[in-house]
Amino acid sequence: MNWLIDNILLVVLFLPTLGALILLCLPGSKSRLLLWTALGISLIPLAFTVVMLLRFNYSAEGYQFMADYQWYAAIQSSLKLGVDGISLPMVLLTTLLTPLAVLASFKISQNLKAYLILFLLLETGSLGVFVSLDLLMFFVFWEVGLVPMYFLINQWGGENRNYASLKFILFTMTGSLGLLLATQLIGVVSGTYDLVQVVAKWNALDQPLFGIPIATVKTIAFWAFAIAFAVKVPIWPFHTWLPDAHTEAPTAGSMILAGVLLKLGAYGFLRFVLPFFPEQSAHFAGALAILATLAIVLGAFGAYGQKDFKRLVAYSSINHMGMVVLAIAAAAAAAGTPDAASAVNGSVLLMFSHGVAAAGMFFLVGVIYDQTHTRDLTRLGGFWQKTPVYGGILIFTSMAALGLPGLSGFVSEFLIVSGSLPVFTVLTAVAMLGLLFTGLYTLKAIRDVLHGPFNVEWAGHLNDISKRETAVMVPLMLFMIGLGIWPRLLLDIINAAVKHIF
Amino acid sequence: MTWINDLPILTIMLAVPLLFAVAILCLPAGSKNAPRWLALAGGGFLFLLSTIVFFVFDKSTPGYQFVDTFNWLPALGISYRVGVDGISAPMVFLTGIVLLSGIVVSWKIEDRPREFFSYILFLGVSVAGVFSSLDVFQLFFFLEIAVFPKYLMIVMWGWPQKKEYGGMKLTLYLFLGSMLALAGILAVVSKAGINSFDITQLLGVKLDVGVQKLWFPFVFIGFAILGGLFPFYNWAPDGHVAAPTAVSMLLAGVEMKVGVFAALRLGIRLMPEGAKFWAPLIIVLATINIVYGAFLALVQKDFKYIIGFSSVSHMGFVLLGFASLNADGLLGAGMQMFSHGVMTALFFAIVGMVYDRTHTRDLEQLGGMSRKMPLAALGFIVAGLVSMGMPGFSGFVSEFPIFMGTWQAAPVAAIVAVIGVVITAAYILRTIGNVFFGAFPAEKLGEVSDIPWRDKVIVIGLSIILIAMGIFPSLIAPVIEQGTSSVLALLGGM
Repeated sequence: MNWLIDNILLVVLFLPTLGALILLCLPGSKSRLLLWTALGISLIPLAFTVVMLLRFNYSAEGYQFMADYQWYAAIQSSLKLGVDGISLPMVLLTTLLTPLAVLASFKISQNLKAYLILFLLLETGSLGVFVSLDLLMFFVFWEVGLVPMYFLINQWGGENRNYASLKFILFTMTGSLGLLLATQLIGVVSGTYDLVQVVAKWNALDQPLFGIPIATVKTIAFWAFAIAFAVKVPIWPFHTWLPDAHTEAPTAGSMILAGVLLKLGAYGFLRFVLPFFPEQSAHFAGALAILATLAIVLGAFGAYGQKDFKRLVAYSSINHMGMVVLAIAAAAAAAGTPDAASAVNGSVLLMFSHGVAAAGMFFLVGVIYDQTHTRDLTRLGGFWQKTPVYGGILIFTSMAALGLPGLSGFVSEFLIVSGSLPVFTVLTAVAMLGLLFTGLYTLKAIRDVLHGPFNVEWAGHLNDISKRETAVMVPLMLFMIGLGIWPRLLLDIINAAVKHIF
Repeated sequence: MTWINDLPILTIMLAVPLLFAVAILCLPAGSKNAPRWLALAGGGFLFLLSTIVFFVFDKSTPGYQFVDTFNWLPALGISYRVGVDGISAPMVFLTGIVLLSGIVVSWKIEDRPREFFSYILFLGVSVAGVFSSLDVFQLFFFLEIAVFPKYLMIVMWGWPQKKEYGGMKLTLYLFLGSMLALAGILAVVSKAGINSFDITQLLGVKLDVGVQKLWFPFVFIGFAILGGLFPFYNWAPDGHVAAPTAVSMLLAGVEMKVGVFAALRLGIRLMPEGAKFWAPLIIVLATINIVYGAFLALVQKDFKYIIGFSSVSHMGFVLLGFASLNADGLLGAGMQMFSHGVMTALFFAIVGMVYDRTHTRDLEQLGGMSRKMPLAALGFIVAGLVSMGMPGFSGFVSEFPIFMGTWQAAPVAAIVAVIGVVITAAYILRTIGNVFFGAFPAEKLGEVSDIPWRDKVIVIGLSIILIAMGIFPSLIAPVIEQGTSSVLALLGGM
C-alpha cells in the first residue's frame, strides 16, 4: 500500500499502457470482452485520481506525489513526476473522459482491438504531459499523444479522414519544431531538464548566447514555445486543423480531442511559458490577448455559419479556448496581482468545465449521427418530440457550455472576465460581445436539431438516447451542475497552486 | 563472468561463421535445404556471440575489451588484433542482429541458394571484422573483402532492371572512398613513424597539426562516402534498390555504419586536431544530407527508393553528431548508428515482403496491404515512427542528443536540420498511407498472402528492439558513453 502511494503517479500514468498490452493479448474477435476490459482498466486511474484528490494537501506549496525515476542519465533527463493544483484537475479530466470515451465506443465494429489500444495509449500520452516535471519527458509525452490520435482519425474517421489526419499531425508537428529546438536549447544551456531547476537557471541567464543578446534569444524561445502551444489550443490563426480533425474523427476521438488534447496547449502556457519567460510573456501579452479575442469572436461567427452540427461544436471549442487564453494573457500582463490570480483560477476551471461540456456535446452529436448518418443541420429538426430525453440532455449540456449561471461554465467565465477586464478592458469588452454570439450559435444548434418541422426522412427509425448513452452523459452532467453550484470542489485545489505561482 | 573475458570470443565469433560459409560452398550444387540451415547456424552463432559481447561488455572499465592479438607480419608492424570499445560493441551486436534477420527473411531464395547463403555469411563476417579490428591494415582487409560478396550478390540476385548499374555504381563509389581513405591513412601511419599499424599504439602518437589538417579530409571523407555523405551519397539509393532484400538490409543496416565508424575510429580519433579544423565543413555537408536526403525521399514514387534516400538523410544525423565533437553529439551518433541500423533493416525486410507478393514497389499501384499482412504493416509503422524521431521510439533518443550536441557546436545547423524532421514525417506518413491503408487494388495485385511465421518473428523482434531502446535508452547509452569518453579525452576534454 505504501509503495502504491509513493508511486501513485507512475501507476496512474502507465496503467493505461499496461491495459493496452493486456488488450494486445486478448482475441480480437471477442468485442464485448475487449470493451469491458478496456473500460475496467480505464476506471482504475480514475479511482487513483480520486485518491490523490482526497489526499491532496491544500496548504502545501509546490508539487505533490513527487517521484523521480532513472531514464536517460546520459543527457540528464529523468522521469520526474508530480502534480499541483493546476495539473491535478487536468489529470482528473483525462482519467474521467477516457472511460467515458470507451463507453461511447460500443458501436465500433472495425478493428476494435487496435482502436481501444490507441485510446489507452492516448491516455498515457496526455497524462504524461500533465504530470511530467522534466522538460524532456514533457516533450516526449507531448509528441507521443499525436500518434494514437493520428491513427484514430486516419483509420476510424469519416470520408475525408486522410486529409484531416495528415493536416492534424503536420500542423502539430510543425508547430512543435520550435518547441523541440527551444527544449534542446534550454537543456543545453541549463545542463538539466528538471523543471524546477530549469526555471531558476534559465531565468538567471544574463550573458549573451552565441553572440546574441540574451533578451533576443529568450524572445525567440518564447515564440517557439508560444507557437507550439498556440497550434494545439488552437489560437486563431493556427486553428484551421481543428474543424477538419473534429469533423472526421470518430465520436470518442472528438471527445478526447476537445476534452483533453486542446487543454495540453493551454496547460503548456501556464506551466512553461509564463514561468520560463515572465518578461517576454508580459511584453507580448497584448498580442496574445488580441489573438485570443479574435479566436473568441471569429470562433463564434465560425460556429454560427456552420451547417454541419459537428463543425459547429468544433468552432465553439475555438471560441471557448479563446477565453482560456485571454485569461492567461491577462495573468501574464498583470503577474502578481489579484486580477492575475482570478484570471488563472478561471482559466483552469474553464479548461475543466469546457473539457466536460465539449466532450458531452461531441458525444451528443455522435448519438444523432449514429442514427441518421448525417450531421447536416438543415436535414435535422423537430427531434424533441421524438427524443425528449435526448433533447433535455442536449439543452442542459449546451447551457453548461454557454455559461448559464448555475452550471459549470458560468463561474469560470465570470472569474476570467473579472480578472481580465482591469487588464485588457477593451479586448475583454469585445470578447464579451463575442459571448453574445456564443449564445446565438448555441441557440441556433438547439433550434435546428430539436425544434422546427420534423424531417419525415427519419420517421420510424429514430430512437431516444439509450441507457448506455445516458450512462456516458450522466457523469458529465453531474460535473456540470456540481461545479456550477459548488465551484470550490475544484477551485480550492486550483487556487492552492495559483496563489503560490501567480 | 571472467571466464568469458578469457576466451578469444571475438576471434571465435569471426572464425566459426567463416567456416560455415566455406562449408556451404563445399556442398553439392543444387542442394537447397542444407545451405540455409548451415547459414542459419552460422548467422545464429555470430548473433549469439555478438549478444554476449554487448551484454558482458564492462561499461565501467575504459579502453578496449575482449582484446585478442596474434603477430602476423611483425616486420611490417601488421598484426591480427581484435577488441571492442563502447562504440564498436553495439555495432558488433547490430551486425549479429541484421545478419541473422537477413538470413531468415531470405529463407525461400530459390536461385542458387548455396552461393547466396555462403556470400551473406562472408559479408556478415567481414563487417563484424571491421568493427572489431584494432589494426589499420586488418580493418582495411575486412573492409575490402566485403566488396566481393556485396557486388556479386547485387549483380546475381538483384533487381533485374537495375542490378548491373546499381552494383557497378556502388562498387566504384566504395572503391573511390576506400582509396582516398587508404591514401590518407598510409600517410598518417608513415608520419607517425612507429612502424606499426596497431591502432592503440597509433593513438599514443601526437601527430603534427599540419599533418592532421592535411590528411584528415582524405580519411574522413573517404570513409564517409561509404556512409553516404553529401555529395557522394548517390550510390546508396541505387545500390539499396538494386540489391536483394537481405543485402539491402545489410548494406543500409550495417555497411553504411562501417563507413562512418571507420571515419570516427581512424579519422577523428587519430587526427583530433584535423577534426576540429574540418568540423565546420562536415557540419554543413551533414546538414545538407539530412534535409536534402529527406526532400529526395519525399519525391520518390518507388517504395524502396524512399527508404534508400531516408538512409541518406538519417546517416546525416550520425555525421552531424560526430562533427559536433562533444559528448552529447557523439553519444547521439552512437545511438543513431544502432537505431538506424535496426530500423532500416526492418524497413527493407518489409519492402521485400511486400515486393515478393505484389511484384511492384510503385506507390500508385499499392494499397490496403495492412489487411493482407497486418503485422508487416505494424512493423513498418514502428520503423516509420523511429524514422520520424517520434518519442517513445529509438530514433528520438538518438537524434535528441545529436541536436543537443549541434546546439553547442553550430546552433544554425540544429535549426536547419530540424526541417528534415518534418519532411521525414511527411514522406513516412505518405508511404504508410499509400502502401498499407486505403483500398486494396485486388484487380491489379491479385491474391496476396500474409507473411510466414519466420518473417513475423523477425518483424516482432526488430520492432521490440526499437521500442525497448526508445523507452529505456539507458540500456545502451552507458555502453556508448564508455566509447565516446575516450574520443572526448583525445579532443581535449571538450
